[in-house]
Amino acid sequence: MTQISVRVDGASYTDEVEPRTLLVHYLREQLGKVGTVVGCDTSNCGACTVHLDGEAVKSCTVLAVQADGSEVTTIEGIAQNGGLHPMQKAFHELHGLQCGYCTPGMIMASIDLVGDNPDPSEHEVREGIEGNLCRCTGYQNIVRAVQQGAAEMRGAQQ
Amino acid sequence: MIPAAFDYARPTTVDEALQALAAGGEDAKVLAGGQSLIPVMRLRLAAPSMVVDLTRVTELRGVREEGGDDGALVIGAMTTHSDVVSDPLIAQHAPLIAQATETVADRQVRHRGTFGGALAHADPAGDLPAVALALDAEFVLAGPGGRRTVPAREFFVDYLTTALAEDELLVEVRVPKLAGQWGMHYEKFNRVAQAWSIVAVAAAVRREDGHIAEARIGLTNMGPTPLRATASEQALAGAVAGADAVAEAGPARRRGNLAQRRPQRQGRLPCASRPGAHPPGGQRSGRSPDVGVSRATRELVHRPGSRRRGVAGAARHRADRPLHARRRPGLGHR
Repeated sequence: MTQISVRVDGASYTDEVEPRTLLVHYLREQLGKVGTVVGCDTSNCGACTVHLDGEAVKSCTVLAVQADGSEVTTIEGIAQNGGLHPMQKAFHELHGLQCGYCTPGMIMASIDLVGDNPDPSEHEVREGIEGNLCRCTGYQNIVRAVQQGAAEMRGAQQ
Repeated sequence: MIPAAFDYARPTTVDEALQALAAGGEDAKVLAGGQSLIPVMRLRLAAPSMVVDLTRVTELRGVREEGGDDGALVIGAMTTHSDVVSDPLIAQHAPLIAQATETVADRQVRHRGTFGGALAHADPAGDLPAVALALDAEFVLAGPGGRRTVPAREFFVDYLTTALAEDELLVEVRVPKLAGQWGMHYEKFNRVAQAWSIVAVAAAVRREDGHIAEARIGLTNMGPTPLRATASEQALAGAVAGADAVAEAGPARRRGNLAQRRPQRQGRLPCASRPGAHPPGGQRSGRSPDVGVSRATRELVHRPGSRRRGVAGAARHRADRPLHARRRPGLGHR
């Protein structure tokens, strides 16, 4: 077992983990952060996307020990002032989901994308979230939601 | 799935990493970005007894210049794909690397995956090995006895197998600066849902007075290792820089390009093959290289500056075309 200290969604944790523990399993099973889901188990689907030190990563393809000393943000930590994050709100309003399983990863990947490109075109959104798969094929509304979320994030910064 | 248990070392210097690797013995694996290793460990296709995590070896990150305009770029093995894509030195002196790296997997994977890790993994379907080969890169390997430099042509030994010995680390890659009249392009054919290349071509061409002075062409996933299309390179050298020369250099040279050595297995053996990997080379039709070589070099002849188009961009391009146009076997796949 190895001791790690991480900040997750603004709270500090110190835990013993096996080196083989994946970050997503640590988040879900040791911290109870079940908003982050496991989709494909093959690093393809992006459902488990979280931010590690501000960058979107697939938490099924990072070891928990690698997050030692880092800041992790999950879908559970992005609400602002008790309200939904602008990207969550946009997914809600534009129905950027069907079954909802891919949604946590879609939203985390989209926030990461908008961090680099505050005003992505439809094409850039499709390219930017290529690491996230929606098995319901609900991409049309997802892409619209990302663009609206981006617009709201730009507005929130002004 | 959860990986099998392993011992974990997290060195902060190259020397510490080499010591950990030596202590771990032959079942030790080096963890760079982990975007290939962790998936195969999860599927239990690899079960190393010791994992040496290079994430904190900060001396292996970053890009620097060596020498003047005739010099080289030195890319640290642990430089992430994201950092490569946004690096100003690479954009200026080796844009082919940035263009190909932009097509690797997706944003999340590019945040973690590393330049050196992708090369040391030596997946023939990976994008960077053929690029390194086309650019005549040199690989700097550190071992217990010091450092040695291996040219790209000798680094890729066989399927997922490199010249790295069990106790060695890839620390940096030296890429000659290609300035002036060089044009470069990476042309990739992949399925929409997967960023892995079906095949791809990395081409760099130097033009002089309307002629092709020199062409370097690397082939992705057309054999057990990345390959140089040497016959096409020779056919292009000295030719007028135009579509005719390119058309001639593709199909007419097919046999020559693919009749390359099939190296003997030696050096470090891979822990496992990538899940879902295609059978290595040899069994492919000889047709794909022609199409790829022609397209990549034609692209250069018409547009000497490199053109960027990511994976989803290509997919989108296809989606814009009518359905019947998408279903031409062997023609519509890109």
